[in-house]
Amino acid sequence: MTTRVGVEVSIAVADAVKLCNADVVAAYPITPQTHIVEHLAELVANGELEAEYIPVESEHSAMSACLGSSATGARTFTATSSQGLALMNEVLFIASGMLPIVMAVANRALSSPLSIWGDHSDVMSVRDTGWVQIFVENGQQAIDNTICAFKIGEDKRVLLPVMVHLDGFNLTHVIEPIIFPEESEVAKFLPPNKYPLPLNPNKPVAMGDFAPPFIFTEAKWAQEFNIEKSKAVVLEVWDQFAKAFGRRYQPVEKYKTEGAKTLILTMGSFSETASVAIDEMRADGNEVGQVRLRLWRPFPFEELRQAVQNVDNLIILDRAVSVGGPVGPVASEVKSALYGLAKRPKVVSFVGGLGGRDITVNSFKDIIKKGIDIARTGSKTEFEVYGVRE
Amino acid sequence: MAKAENELTWKDLEIGCIVTEPGSARSYSTGTWRSQRPTYDFSRCIKCGLCALYCPEGCIGPNKEGHFEANMYYCKGCGICARECWPRVITMVEEEEK
Repeated sequence: MTTRVGVEVSIAVADAVKLCNADVVAAYPITPQTHIVEHLAELVANGELEAEYIPVESEHSAMSACLGSSATGARTFTATSSQGLALMNEVLFIASGMLPIVMAVANRALSSPLSIWGDHSDVMSVRDTGWVQIFVENGQQAIDNTICAFKIGEDKRVLLPVMVHLDGFNLTHVIEPIIFPEESEVAKFLPPNKYPLPLNPNKPVAMGDFAPPFIFTEAKWAQEFNIEKSKAVVLEVWDQFAKAFGRRYQPVEKYKTEGAKTLILTMGSFSETASVAIDEMRADGNEVGQVRLRLWRPFPFEELRQAVQNVDNLIILDRAVSVGGPVGPVASEVKSALYGLAKRPKVVSFVGGLGGRDITVNSFKDIIKKGIDIARTGSKTEFEVYGVRE
Repeated sequence: MAKAENELTWKDLEIGCIVTEPGSARSYSTGTWRSQRPTYDFSRCIKCGLCALYCPEGCIGPNKEGHFEANMYYCKGCGICARECWPRVITMVEEEEK
């Protein structure tokens, strides 16, 4: 019997990690950190979770400890945010391509100026690290996808690290009703981690070794091939999750897209706010709908093209700026994905919701209306910064 | 490795380019990095082995006569042995010189 309880989403993510029976948690316990690893520390200290908890002196060390632990075949978890994710950066690349670490990232702005509030600038700085990356938009999705993340990453066809992105504060610090699956059901869904080439003195292996020019290109191509191929496993795991627990996830999720001429796309918790705006605009007779990017890496090219190719306008709200670059990072990738299509929507790029600035239902209605105007009349700038005081 | 370096494809690699053959770095010739090479006047060699102790590559050992000599497959030509050899056995010369 599953029950619905009110719980802070960070605490819920920690409880989900406990349900997954993680073996090792390595984390830097000070700001920018969330209650995720604080609660895991409690669970380990209280004997509720039999795991090794490694408190370290920085996020760089946290991720380094995760490498070692994951390399022995231990189920490994950590969490971080903003500057902490930035400090992990070089180690993230080392994990990619071989070690199925799961990390929850509370998406928050990068300094400067210093901000503790939410946006996606931290995520975008680790876009190319070679991790599978999933965006969630509410607490239930956060715990569901934490469970799925272990199953995806540890699958022997994948063996990749996985990030679960949940918006800082908007999700990590709010109390939501959450359905926790039973431990026995999770155990049935998530088999024990069996890493095929673990560190073992009886059968030595070297990881992260030196690759001279004669083999580096082949190694990178193998990595690219592998992450592209992982999409099939992500789909399979989400499908199995739906069968076991009744909640279904897809790389690109559509909301009221039937008959829509204009779609809004955004990632993370703002998607739910946008859905309310779509409801209200639909009630007023507007032909609008929504698409959500759930899977950020590997990028779901086919699913995205199918979801948007028949509409006139696609309006994208990014919560990060590519400073000095083109449109927002999501808009940039979406444009690139659509470029080869003979018939494609006009893409209008907005940047907003930076460093904790709220985007309300009315803001989304405003963005959609402005976006439709820009699609019709064009704009002098590559993208619009929504709500900036000039 | 069964295949030659330039014949390996990405499909020959283990996940994450993990190396499963212990000591495979032994096959990597660092001697190609060299621009100078050590030459020896073994008549002065007292077999003290200081050069071997200082060699950062660990590629110096006694030859058949017991004189210390670098393995040129690995010697990078750094010249530390020549600097440390106080009986002045070792002289570094440019690779292009005969």
